[in-house]
Amino acid sequence: MSRRIANTTAIVIALLTVFPLYWMVLSAFKPDGEINSVDPRPWTWHPTLSNFRDAFGVSGFGGYFLNSLIVATVVVVLSGLVAFLAAVALTRFNFKFRTTILVMFLVAQMVPVEALTIPLFFLVRDIGSVAPQFGLSTLGSLMLVNLAFSLPFAIWMLRGFVKAIPESLEEAARIDGANRFTILWRILFPLVAPGLAATSVFSFITAWNDFVFAKTFILDTDHQTLPAALMVFFKPDENDWGGIMAASTLMTIPVLIFFVLVQRHLVSGLGGAVKD
Amino acid sequence: MTATTTPARADRPAPASVRPRGGASKTKTGRRRSWTPFWLLLPSAVILIPLFGYPLYQLGLLSFLKFGQPQASAGEVAEFVGFDNYSTLLGDDQFWDVLFQTVVFAAACVVATLAVGAALAVLLTRVGKWSRLLLLFAALGAWAAPAMTGSTVWMFLFDTNLGLVNEVLGMQGHNWFYDKWSAFALVGVVVVWHSFPFVMISLYAGIESIPVSVLEAARLDGASTWTVFRHVMLPMLRPILTIVVIQSIIWDFKVFTQIYVMTGGGGIAGQNLVLNVYAYQKAFASSDYSLGAAIGVLMTLILLAVTIFYIRALRRSGEEL
Repeated sequence: MSRRIANTTAIVIALLTVFPLYWMVLSAFKPDGEINSVDPRPWTWHPTLSNFRDAFGVSGFGGYFLNSLIVATVVVVLSGLVAFLAAVALTRFNFKFRTTILVMFLVAQMVPVEALTIPLFFLVRDIGSVAPQFGLSTLGSLMLVNLAFSLPFAIWMLRGFVKAIPESLEEAARIDGANRFTILWRILFPLVAPGLAATSVFSFITAWNDFVFAKTFILDTDHQTLPAALMVFFKPDENDWGGIMAASTLMTIPVLIFFVLVQRHLVSGLGGAVKD
Repeated sequence: MTATTTPARADRPAPASVRPRGGASKTKTGRRRSWTPFWLLLPSAVILIPLFGYPLYQLGLLSFLKFGQPQASAGEVAEFVGFDNYSTLLGDDQFWDVLFQTVVFAAACVVATLAVGAALAVLLTRVGKWSRLLLLFAALGAWAAPAMTGSTVWMFLFDTNLGLVNEVLGMQGHNWFYDKWSAFALVGVVVVWHSFPFVMISLYAGIESIPVSVLEAARLDGASTWTVFRHVMLPMLRPILTIVVIQSIIWDFKVFTQIYVMTGGGGIAGQNLVLNVYAYQKAFASSDYSLGAAIGVLMTLILLAVTIFYIRALRRSGEEL
């Protein structure tokens, strides 16, 4: 295949791949008249913010956006910390059930979340009568379950990064008189930061994209998060596509920012999980 | 890495990942018999045992009970019914239809994702810098797009009256979600759109990490392009390929959001159900929680079989656990 054909093919595929996203953003800025006409043009002469204004004003998307952001942030921070400790335990120490635990984390990734939602629904309902802030229709419940479901993969992936740090650094620190706590937080933690960046993308996506928990556990509209809240735009007779596209655009932006920020670590992170 | 990559290591300028493994340093840390690892694992245990382990046990238990609306909300005592839910399920034609659909749909998605991802990974190695960056960023965009927004925008593109696709094809009024297989195909396209970037970027990173000198050495020894691919590149890519293949199987088997949103909960009269959505619908739409749990257990068992295959494949490719 000649270079020119290869280049052209790559560019055409890139444009096709990105087209749905372009169409989403474009439609979000189109006035109602253009969206509802049967003449869908791939550009607009009259860009408007009215879809966004409706999303925030009429449908209360600001609140949903904030809810999603709170849940995702808490999940990312906690899962990063907890996964870091576990990853250190599983790479730096040899103990009896190490392999068993690792296999269990791997198996956990295979369990279909939607099936576990059934017992989790009753669990969350019962937790609510003891600790109301984690019961049904709370952001706390979403934080808990998304944390639990992002952890196994985070630990599994972070393990590769901890492994890549030479143990001699810790030995040297120990000889210099550093205690365990110092070694953990002052030496290992900063070194594994790029790995945490990569891992956090996956935790963020787990929490940010979660549709099934939000749909099942959140019974009032105030505490809804973006994915499930998006369903309010779908009407039985006719969908408000302008609103849906504006909301979808808003929902995509944070993930896109996250991806671009950690893009380099992401690839090395996958490599870390793959290579060794 | 696998033993086959040892020559590659030798001529790289000692990357950070090359370190003595299992040797002196490992046994030294290993000998430190202490409670430290357990303290480090404690936070994970505190989260995972009640929120993952216990519900998993409950799922199994639920599948042996008769648990419906009266038990869920009126607090009636659930009756133990043994394998009744399972025999109901296995005796139901719809279950077998859904199982068949799930397997065909997931397999088609896996094959398509891998084919597209692998072809584009190879393409990436043959193009100029700007085309490569363009394709990489486009793929990153599709990868980053939440399943929910991917579903909504593709639904809009294929909308019956206002969709761009019908307009361009002159098929206004055609409903792509009405026919079972065109609906499945459309969801499949979205699944592939979301997941080919992972395959493409992983494989591209893998190909790039093969030192040029190894390939040149093989060529100097008179190996053809095919031989180089078959006997040099493929063995070195195998660890990545294994993960990419099995990861795709697991993801595509568990597709939920796209099916649920795009086909409105499983399609007209449930024609587009997959096991995952079926279990959810049985539990939360029909209030038959125990039957939903039984479907969940069966699905977990199927995926567990895949997992065992995964671990064995990892072991064989030299990954230490």
